[in-house]
Amino acid sequence: MTAIWSDRGAYAAGSVLGVEDLSVSEVSAILGQTARLEHLAHGDRVQVLAGRKIALLFYESSTRTRTSFELAAKSLGATTTLVSDKSSSIEKGESLKDTGLTLRALGAECIVLRHASSGAPWLLARATGLPVLNAGDGMHQHPSQALLDLRTMLTRLPGLDATSVHEESLRGVTVVITGDILHSRVARSNAMLLPRLGARVVLCGPEPLLPEVALGLGAGVEIERDFDAALRRSQVVMMLRIQRERLAGLELNLAAYIEQYQLNGERLAGNAPEAVVLHPGPMIRGLEIAGEVADGPNSAIEEQVRHGLAVRTALLARSLGRGGFESVTV
Amino acid sequence: MSDMLILNGRVIDPASGVDAARDVLLRNGKVAAVEQPGRLSGVAAAERLDATGLVVAPGLIDVHVHLREPGQTYKETIATGTAAAAVGGFTTVVAMPNTIPVNDSVASMAWMLDAARGPVVKLLAMPAATVGSMGARLTDYAALAMAGAVGFTDDGKPVLEDEVMWAALVAAARVGLVVSQHAEDTRLTGGCSMNAGPVAFKLGLRGMTVEAEARIVERDIRLLQEIEKSEGLRPHLHVQHVSTARAMQAIRTAKAQGLQVTCEVAPHHFTLTEEAIGDYNTDAKMNPPLRAEIDRQAVIAALLDGTADCIATDHAPHAAYEKEQEFERAPNGITGLETALGLALRVLHQGHGMPLVRVMQLMSAEPAKIVKLTDRGSLAVGACADVVVFDAAAEWSFAVKESRSKSRNSPFDGAGMLGRVKATICEGRVVYRG
Repeated sequence: MTAIWSDRGAYAAGSVLGVEDLSVSEVSAILGQTARLEHLAHGDRVQVLAGRKIALLFYESSTRTRTSFELAAKSLGATTTLVSDKSSSIEKGESLKDTGLTLRALGAECIVLRHASSGAPWLLARATGLPVLNAGDGMHQHPSQALLDLRTMLTRLPGLDATSVHEESLRGVTVVITGDILHSRVARSNAMLLPRLGARVVLCGPEPLLPEVALGLGAGVEIERDFDAALRRSQVVMMLRIQRERLAGLELNLAAYIEQYQLNGERLAGNAPEAVVLHPGPMIRGLEIAGEVADGPNSAIEEQVRHGLAVRTALLARSLGRGGFESVTV
Repeated sequence: MSDMLILNGRVIDPASGVDAARDVLLRNGKVAAVEQPGRLSGVAAAERLDATGLVVAPGLIDVHVHLREPGQTYKETIATGTAAAAVGGFTTVVAMPNTIPVNDSVASMAWMLDAARGPVVKLLAMPAATVGSMGARLTDYAALAMAGAVGFTDDGKPVLEDEVMWAALVAAARVGLVVSQHAEDTRLTGGCSMNAGPVAFKLGLRGMTVEAEARIVERDIRLLQEIEKSEGLRPHLHVQHVSTARAMQAIRTAKAQGLQVTCEVAPHHFTLTEEAIGDYNTDAKMNPPLRAEIDRQAVIAALLDGTADCIATDHAPHAAYEKEQEFERAPNGITGLETALGLALRVLHQGHGMPLVRVMQLMSAEPAKIVKLTDRGSLAVGACADVVVFDAAAEWSFAVKESRSKSRNSPFDGAGMLGRVKATICEGRVVYRG
């Protein structure tokens, strides 16, 4: 007997909890509306979510994600409120459920959640019945990051269309994700999204940060411990930060790590001179990535941030069934 | 106490080797006669129960329940927990000591076992193996044994230190009782909330390894061997809720060597795998965690081949608000008393061809032996009149909202069950009628 507890009907339409919630055609629609909203005149843009209320609930620190969701919501005319664990009743012990119900009672129509516990967005979505956008949950997922990474790739790689995708869009593209895979929600979301669009995802890192069970993320995912060998196959290389806050006692020899896994100019030029370099941030220059690469011509790191703003605009519009997503019932 | 005749049933009593049509007479709280159908028809009895088409078996015994009293009566009380036990066909339950305060003294045990708590079925207690279950200093085994302890355990956590576990096994052997071990090397499981493996990786949760369970089992077996050699004692180790193939194999080997090791399996471990966690269902979170399919198959094989001695629920009620939390924060445990028989019959009997007599043995005769009960777990004449009468063919669905437990934390809401309890009789009293 296997009772699988996974009822899609328990979550409001417009929620984006994990990348597996999104079909390829939904991903394509999000990319299309991202482009459309980006080019909308300011006066029209602010009408899309005019008068709508969006809560940003952040239990973990964030620069890019929080700011881009907030700016995205405001650019559509929505009212936003930011609740963080440091300056709210969360500090007094209020549960996630009660915090969500309070925000709903105050009129929030959508909640953007960043939380240190894997799975927290599912709990919030069930408890409130509101559309919830997962802005990063523990070591689990960061779906809006995977979508912005996708858009960055589609924009930078030759011959691809950033406004729509299908099952073969990334055929022939190998994306190498290197570093602290174990603790990375970015790696999980990308590894579960990109192969569905035809890409190969090669995970790279030492065993303690990349256990073999990572292969269970799905078809199209493989492990290569030799970074140079992985790079030689890559069209895209995504570098990840060592998440000191999640290491939980894990000992790591940083000098050896840098020697084997840092992306520096020499390594990039020698193995993948054409590769697009991505980093979800925050990056630690001199550790996983050398400054000359972060600032160099292969780097699309700042573009990622811009695409983040654009993609999140579409996700917010979608969450409330507006801006081209009227068919997504709320 | 009035007499009762249970007529026309199929008596399955593994302890006496009976599986046949029999009539049963209960008198003064004891089994007075078990006879061929018709032979007791002339006996006058205040109550007659027609068990045509039903199984009549010794009342079920659960050596592992959490009744939360004293200290956490918002989750469960002795009265509500034992009422749920009666619904599930249990006539005896053994309360774990992780109450608040911990049941580690004669006084606390006497309070727990006082009739004023209102137990609906026979309540026994397994007090703490160490003071406060802190793992350092043994409780007073001799005094606790005199006061009715049926074993010693720090359940919820292991007796971790080698010297302390050695001392516990020796002290328990001297009073003829069992040490019941929660086998988890907690040095390996900090921050973990499910089974280690690809599912945990995908969900971004830290996982408890198979090793964390097996290492303690293997260590405890080694201690048994050493104690037999050096002390001339024969301690009894009982391993709680075994969930992994590796720990089960260690127990199989130890039994083959003649060591006195027994173990239990919880219904959720033979029914579900880690996949049941789905979208972070905290009602599928317990410790030890739901494991992979290979481990589920291994515990079923052990139940079939005799390596596993009994089924125990690890009934662990929690309030809804405690389970409605982030997966990592939610407490471990699920309720189990009302679903144990239905799952055992569905999964083991129907699904794996286990004979009914073996299911009954796992749920009555064997658990009675583990906690050294000589007058329960059997329908022999003179035994306590503890009886479960059930329809072994009845299919039904568990509805958690109808549970007699104070809590609702079950992953089996709506799940199919086989075998419906029609009556539970404890010491001659009907404590539940379905």
